[in-house]
Amino acid sequence: MSTLLSRTAIVGIGQTEFSKNSGRSELQLALEASKAALDDAGLSPGDIDGAVTFKLDSNDELDVMHYLGIRELRWCARTPGGGGGASATVQLAAAAVASGAAKAVLIYRAFNERSGRRFGQPMGGYGGGAPQQDIHFSFGLDTPAKIYALWYQPYMAKYGVTNEDLAQYVVIARQNAATNPRAWFYRKPITVADHQNSRWIVEPVLRLLDCCQESDGGVALIVTSADRAKDLLQPGVRVLAATQSHVNSSQEMFNYYRQDLSVFEELPAISAQLWAQSGLGPKDIDVALIYENFSPIVYMALEGHGFCGPGEAKGFIQDGHIGLGGSLPVNTHGGLLGEGYIHGVNNLLEGVRQIRGTAANQIADTEHVLVSAARSAVILGKL
Amino acid sequence: MRDQDFFWEGVRQGKLLFQKCAACGTLRQPPGPMCPHCQSLAWEPLEAAGRGTVAAWIVSKHPSQPDDNPRLVALIALEEGLRMISNLREVEEADVRLDMPVEVFFAEIGGAVLPQFRPAARV
Repeated sequence: MSTLLSRTAIVGIGQTEFSKNSGRSELQLALEASKAALDDAGLSPGDIDGAVTFKLDSNDELDVMHYLGIRELRWCARTPGGGGGASATVQLAAAAVASGAAKAVLIYRAFNERSGRRFGQPMGGYGGGAPQQDIHFSFGLDTPAKIYALWYQPYMAKYGVTNEDLAQYVVIARQNAATNPRAWFYRKPITVADHQNSRWIVEPVLRLLDCCQESDGGVALIVTSADRAKDLLQPGVRVLAATQSHVNSSQEMFNYYRQDLSVFEELPAISAQLWAQSGLGPKDIDVALIYENFSPIVYMALEGHGFCGPGEAKGFIQDGHIGLGGSLPVNTHGGLLGEGYIHGVNNLLEGVRQIRGTAANQIADTEHVLVSAARSAVILGKL
Repeated sequence: MRDQDFFWEGVRQGKLLFQKCAACGTLRQPPGPMCPHCQSLAWEPLEAAGRGTVAAWIVSKHPSQPDDNPRLVALIALEEGLRMISNLREVEEADVRLDMPVEVFFAEIGGAVLPQFRPAARV
């Protein structure tokens, strides 16, 4: 099985530390991570001719080009929306390389999302939530935690998943972070009691420990052709499949208007494309890295990708499948709850490390890694 | 000009207005300029009866403004087949249940009128 995209590979990764106060500009974070990715690959700035980031990233491509010393960019692209597009960055980069539009593409995502503009604060400030301003904000629905809690609740109610059940996932994520030196919560595991004693952020759905972090930091990856990857410093990581899906009647955040509120339609849609592109299936995946803004989405993703049936994620987790020793280790780096929240792009770096065999919590004999951001996903494998 | 302006104009008149496609009759939510079913730009207002059930609900509070005093935010499934975000009033948090029947009323909050929902007798 092979597609044009599978002739591409991730050849370099770089990052800053993940913190709560970086003490430097977002541009500097982007440049530090990008330089580290170049060094990791054994490439120089002049080898890069493409740049991909998020629509939301504040770092202009031309500024990154200028200070990093890239000579010329021939391909720039940005993924729309928020973290759902984290894995789409690889699709955009791989498509450019596979088509010949660019030879080597730099992916970067960097922000001061804790010390600068915090995603967890009410959006639009008080004005955005003023009466008669907006059909969502004006009723108090103005933070991601509130917005997502409202659409995770129908799933949880349908399948009997309580907030206490969510602790089963969170404890695993924090255990993985506790043994990952890159994680903000390194050496800070939690218990179910800690989870249940953490304060409500959005009652009756999400407690503090169900929420991803707010983080400062930068990450970067470099995508080039699989042929060229063979000559570079690191073992190349092949892009076996890369896709996005945005299904009709979908709203990225205010996803309240489609027929069945308990189903995340994008997940089976991207899965179908992933399996078709790669010739693989759920049983072939050795490690799954799942974007979790909040813990309930892990449950929906395990089901939506076909690792278990509808409503079975709770039992799947309780039965020990997703721990480091389980049949499908999930978020081996600690996830966005435990490692840090670099908008999900740090999950891609963990995916590369698991294939290279250099992860802090390395899973033996890892051949295929799924990196899912729910609206985009990739499968990574060996070259 | 925003696509949701008609909704707030209706609220000021004590009405819950939604868009009904003038060409194919499809109801639209959230507000938008084109019918996703037939691509017509023509629409007429449909006044909802204001009866529905609670499809999802949360307690909205934040240590900073604007929800220093918690309020209940709910996704309401209206009997016309549309959903909308609003607040639940005249009910204690412990008494809220999914699928409980509710009805609209209009209340002044912060100097402007907002549609709010309260428990309704089961029909």
